[in-house]
Amino acid sequence: MLLLAAHEAWGQARWSPQAGLPVVLGTTSGGMSLGEDYFRGTLQTPPARRRQPTRALQYQSQVQARFIGEAFGFEGPTTVISNACASGASAIGHAWETLRRGRAERVLTGGYDALSLLVFSGFDSLQALSTTTCRPFDAQRDGLALGEGAAVLAMETLDSAQQRGAEILGEVAGYGAATDLHHLTQPHPQGDAALETMTRACASAGLSATEVDYVNAHGTGTPLNDIAEALAINRWAGARAGKLAVSSTKAHIGHLLGAAGAVEAVVCLMTLREQWLPPETGIQTVDAACGFSLVRQPTTARVEVVASNSFGFGGANATLIFRRWA
Amino acid sequence: MSRVLVQGWGAVSPAGWGVPAMRAALERGEPLSVKPQVWPGSERTLTVREVPPPSPRPAFFGHPRLRRASPITHYAAAATLESLEVAGVTGASQPQRLGLIVCMWAGCVHYSYRFLDEALQDPATASPMLFPETVFNAPTSHVAVLLGRSPVTCTLLGDPATYLQALALGAEWLEEQRVDGCLVVGAEETNWLLTSVLWYFDKSAVPGGGAGALYLENAKANQAGVELSLITDPQMYSSRQSRVAAACSMRRELPASRPDELLCDSRQDRPRTDAAEDQAWQDWFGSRLSPKKVLGDGLMASGAWQCVAACEALARGQFQAANVSVVGSNQQAMGARFVRNGTASTPLSAEPSAQPNSP
Repeated sequence: MLLLAAHEAWGQARWSPQAGLPVVLGTTSGGMSLGEDYFRGTLQTPPARRRQPTRALQYQSQVQARFIGEAFGFEGPTTVISNACASGASAIGHAWETLRRGRAERVLTGGYDALSLLVFSGFDSLQALSTTTCRPFDAQRDGLALGEGAAVLAMETLDSAQQRGAEILGEVAGYGAATDLHHLTQPHPQGDAALETMTRACASAGLSATEVDYVNAHGTGTPLNDIAEALAINRWAGARAGKLAVSSTKAHIGHLLGAAGAVEAVVCLMTLREQWLPPETGIQTVDAACGFSLVRQPTTARVEVVASNSFGFGGANATLIFRRWA
Repeated sequence: MSRVLVQGWGAVSPAGWGVPAMRAALERGEPLSVKPQVWPGSERTLTVREVPPPSPRPAFFGHPRLRRASPITHYAAAATLESLEVAGVTGASQPQRLGLIVCMWAGCVHYSYRFLDEALQDPATASPMLFPETVFNAPTSHVAVLLGRSPVTCTLLGDPATYLQALALGAEWLEEQRVDGCLVVGAEETNWLLTSVLWYFDKSAVPGGGAGALYLENAKANQAGVELSLITDPQMYSSRQSRVAAACSMRRELPASRPDELLCDSRQDRPRTDAAEDQAWQDWFGSRLSPKKVLGDGLMASGAWQCVAACEALARGQFQAANVSVVGSNQQAMGARFVRNGTASTPLSAEPSAQPNSP
């Protein structure tokens, strides 16, 4: 999945191999299924040795990241961020900061995660999985739907893109991160850390919350996440909350864990380019905590600035701000 | 980078809890004893260098978030708190804006093994207590809570040279004034599953758990201390750049050998593993310290131990500068250089120091 996403981004950007091209990826458990296969092999009597070294090697995220360089013919500094379900957004934010610092002109960045028994059993053990339909921000929501995937962005400085006449798909305008200390798996009930990360993202973009047209919410569909995030968005948007369009695309594609922030970044770029808002069509009753306008039908709209929230276990919170490039 | 000082350091290693225990072991220079580790289902016995139980039991073990945490969290927390104590920034004197970067190679293998074992037997009864502790950033979260502030946090994965990447990231956060102080922690824990993985690649590998932490701050004008003066570019391994070539590229970014400088390297007395580093540093004639030869392969913790040992040697006035060389297992080679400016930080103890092992 990671290589397919990278291939698509690489081709669309029309990049050619370049020494020193940084790669910044986010994942929570990218190769866990290989780790599970390794574990199963060790439990056999006698232990199954065949392919065990390969499993052990390819389980490692830095090895997976190396595959990208090998596939596209370059080597460059590789950073793998594992900030739980904020990993993909954190990676894009880190890549953006690398460009802003002038450390590189281009960065290949994104997030990826594949489903595994450990992950599925883990969320099931926490009773976090929906037994019906994943309905973020619905009053009757009962959990999340796990998914898997990958997204890769070919990011470069404006100067670099313009010099080579590249088609610019959108602008990463801001990034904010904060740590929620409330609980290992539960957000602060009032969404304090979520508010902080959204505020920091806006500050880094030089924007106020009133200039954001749409929020792609973390919106997992779990009772605790959605209410905390809703309260945070209400506080962040202030008096304009009622007019702010919000939706969670996890309702349709599931929670992609370390890939979520990256895939949702792509959704945000599509929103900006094509001027539409991704809906949640399965909502029956919007939770009363939502002081904002939950997008429930496919909608065309003028969208200039969007925000994307990603919140993870361990209180890893990240918000990205994207701006339409015209 | 702007001038960044290493204001404190801490370590947990198979030598014990704290830098003094690690230093004593390195001064003795004798490899720590190994313990057998059962490989379930296999006739083979693995070997490991375990971290001994702490004595006395650290007070933070009683913190609600850390009572059930896995060893890697305890190691990371202990190294972090020690580094802050050395820096004199405990409690209210901690900076308001603190950064915390934790890096690891294998991560939370204890709870991952236990949870996976339960899930394979019956997914319906796998414990919800275990799963959150399997996530890579669980130790970061626990240490952040222990610090009592809301630090900027990041968890990095990679081979042991990633610890130097994390130091570079911490220095960047300081340079941008994003934080006023930054903790950079490398941590690892071991179990038979991890040891068996290493066995496939090197039958003589002896892993050991632990952690190392450096606490960084921007230097004030004319402030003396141990300075992080240089971090090399990451020299990546690929089909186009061998491990040897990457190690040699890293070495070229660091200064020529001098008698008053230390090289703290990542060799382990494992010829095949050490070959790249041996070749890269064949021109080095100064003092040389190889913590892994004594402490074992702490994976990400090893990269941190090397930096802690280098800073410790500078603070004790043994050298004017120390170069750290980390030739990682399967990702990259990186180096760092620490220098002693003016009057160094107060030594951690008044114990006489032995000379590090020579080449």
